Amino acid sequence: MGASTSPSSVTGPIAEAERITKRYGETVALDGAHITITPGETHALVGRNGAGKSTLVSILTGLQEPDEGAIRFGGRPAPRLSERDAWRERVACVYQKSTIIPELTVAENLYLNRHDHNGLRLVSWKSMWKKAADLLETWSVDVDVRLPAKELGVEQRQFVEIARALSFGARFIILDEPTAQLDGAAIARLFDRMRAMREQGVTFLFISHHLQEIYEICDTVTVFRDARHILTAPVMELPRGDLVAAMTGEAAGLQERKARPSVPVDADVILDVRGLTDGDLYAGVDLRVRAGEIVGLAGLGGSGKTELAETIAGLRAPREGTVEVAGRRPRAGSVPDSLAAGVGLVPRDRHHQGLIPLMSIADNTTMTVPERLGTAGLVSGRRRDELAREMITNLAIKTPGPELPVNGLSGGNQQKVVMARALASDPRLLVLITPTAGVDVRSKEFLLAKVEEIAGKGTGVVIASDELDDLRLCDRVLVMFHGRVTTELAAGWHDHEMVAAMEGVELDA
Amino acid sequence: MPETTAAPAETGRPAPKGSAGSRPALRLARLRDFALVPAIIAIAIVGQIVHPIFLQADNIINILQTMSEISLLVLAQALVLIVGKMDLSLESTFGLAPGVAAWLTVAVGTGSGLGLLSGFWAIPITLAVGVLVGVVNALFIVRFGLNGFIVTLGMLIVLRGLLTGISGGQTFFNLPESMTYLGSAMWFGVPASIWICLLLFAVGVLVMGFTGFGRSLYAIGGNVDAAKAAGIRTDRVLWITLIAASVLAAIGGLLLTGRLASVAAAQGDGAIFTVFAAAVIGGVSLNGGKGTVFGAFTGILLLYMIQNVLTLAGVPAQWIEALNGAIILTALALSRLTGGKTQE
Repeated sequence: MGASTSPSSVTGPIAEAERITKRYGETVALDGAHITITPGETHALVGRNGAGKSTLVSILTGLQEPDEGAIRFGGRPAPRLSERDAWRERVACVYQKSTIIPELTVAENLYLNRHDHNGLRLVSWKSMWKKAADLLETWSVDVDVRLPAKELGVEQRQFVEIARALSFGARFIILDEPTAQLDGAAIARLFDRMRAMREQGVTFLFISHHLQEIYEICDTVTVFRDARHILTAPVMELPRGDLVAAMTGEAAGLQERKARPSVPVDADVILDVRGLTDGDLYAGVDLRVRAGEIVGLAGLGGSGKTELAETIAGLRAPREGTVEVAGRRPRAGSVPDSLAAGVGLVPRDRHHQGLIPLMSIADNTTMTVPERLGTAGLVSGRRRDELAREMITNLAIKTPGPELPVNGLSGGNQQKVVMARALASDPRLLVLITPTAGVDVRSKEFLLAKVEEIAGKGTGVVIASDELDDLRLCDRVLVMFHGRVTTELAAGWHDHEMVAAMEGVELDA
Repeated sequence: MPETTAAPAETGRPAPKGSAGSRPALRLARLRDFALVPAIIAIAIVGQIVHPIFLQADNIINILQTMSEISLLVLAQALVLIVGKMDLSLESTFGLAPGVAAWLTVAVGTGSGLGLLSGFWAIPITLAVGVLVGVVNALFIVRFGLNGFIVTLGMLIVLRGLLTGISGGQTFFNLPESMTYLGSAMWFGVPASIWICLLLFAVGVLVMGFTGFGRSLYAIGGNVDAAKAAGIRTDRVLWITLIAASVLAAIGGLLLTGRLASVAAAQGDGAIFTVFAAAVIGGVSLNGGKGTVFGAFTGILLLYMIQNVLTLAGVPAQWIEALNGAIILTALALSRLTGGKTQE
């Protein structure tokens, strides 16, 4: 705790992990892996799901002890696991899962368990508010500290978590996929904030699935694969193709997308949306999707694309307007009706709406098609497993069998299960909402290729996303801004066109 | 055409959802504590119209005294709910704790008393039984990680059975004076049990709002992982909370015993439903991390005022129970409407 152990005054690596091995039973999560982070840099850690990133983070933050190997901060051995305060002075982590307590105020979240006390040993709210406001001001986070934390957006919550981490004295911050839930503008603000903090002497370890972000913000990149360290290199000297190759272990770069055959103009209209309006969320949307066509709905958070897609899939009822699927008009806001009309849905957030974590892969994939599992409402376990096995093969889900609970799968494979569920009913129309969020590069390519394959068989597809890779395979993309469709782009658009349209900026006005 | 937004903001610029827009929400959140005050005033007015004695000091003291014992159960339950658990066994502890004290201190010959100890020991025994029940609950819930609902449901049955067992299903009479004092004494012209109840609630407000310990209950109930990450010893806090709740239930039982000068085998039977209803109406969330001690107090106060109005209005005693249930449901629906959010 004393000044002699202060981590900020040293030269050499601010944090260092050496020959770390960690096993969970049979599984080797880390196999002699190492990483060295020098002060002042922004260091990227990348790898596919299951590469060992999360295990490394929990070892670097003192939540777990490595089986072998050592952690050093500023050249000194790491404190014992029980000395939480000592760890917090050296390293802090902003996890993907928020550690903010929603019912408490921002100030209290910042100073939880280290409240200010007055003469009577009672909590002094006033001085705590003052302290919290000062702290946020130091790091230029503009949030009212007396607001309940649940009122904050994802972005502000992250800033509060970062400020809290800094308030313990740590100048080495691990950001675990901080951009996963942010839209483009918020990501830009986060990066600005990170740059400003770097000027103030903060070192970051940045974990992300998005390679372009690494090229934008990071100085050095370390790649993990299959529990091992693969390479560490300055970002500028590492071409994208090599980075992807290091992550996947294959010599190929990102596959070039083949041009899709165009959809015949006389193909059946599978989805016919007219004048769809729901208050401020979206208004006056017309949309027609033909059999075999892939249509993108692009837009940032709050643009209404998600809500529109959910309305098409029957999760929400619109205030006005109609949705017609293959000539039928399912009851507004009724998922069973939409399913019967032939809509398959991959919902926004697999943890929230997509999966039932403790149930098996078989149960999860066949949830939408009870009628195919047996007669008179009975479920035949054999039939269910058969069906599930078919889908496991079809979607190349990595699992020992259909009886495994889905929470035992990696993120990419979980998303495949969600996709399998959407496909189980042989939909005429497939609605995908951010289908590749939090999924590794290979699974992403696989999922997108699958979407193309399905469209090739005559299914209409709607993809609501702000991921450029998701949108690239669309025949055309409708861009939404503040609830209205503002732009329509045919396949072959440039990245900057799409980003500008989503941000509501006109390039040549 | 869409308006053009500024390029990514420079540092320091407020995020789009600026704090200015959210201020009213802040004020509302702080007012939630007093959400039931208008309802309480409204009932007071109705009561006064129904019967002119409603607002007289005697009647108000009567209401406060009848609720003082059970309100301690509400206080206990509020603490347990805020920390993210629940304790159904409180109503049995409410009967068992003074029951054991009576069993050991009442002279042989009256009921099933054993007469083993002098009357001096009655209160220490009551409190010790409270501690013991809390320890057993905490052992199962915290140490063995069992579900609090099912553990305390089991305890509810076991403890009730124990009381029936030691009392032979009968009522203990001829209690030592030390047991009846608190429930029957008058301090400054007001029953001691009202003072005790108000004092304990005041301590509850202070602890929950102004001590690190109290705040850690909110943190644990709101997000236990975050609380752990902040260095809170979550297990220890849970132990203390569960034991404190059982002790409060024992004190409540002692007050009722004193007022009635007896311990019935069914003392506290069925009270837990009113307790939960009062806590939830008072704004305590069943999911933990949310609610205040003051809110819980207004919840039980409102329920007892309504009951009192019904009695004054001459509603036949046979119908009070059905009306009570209906009132609880109505109050829950109302608090849902005024609270605006789905009850969790």
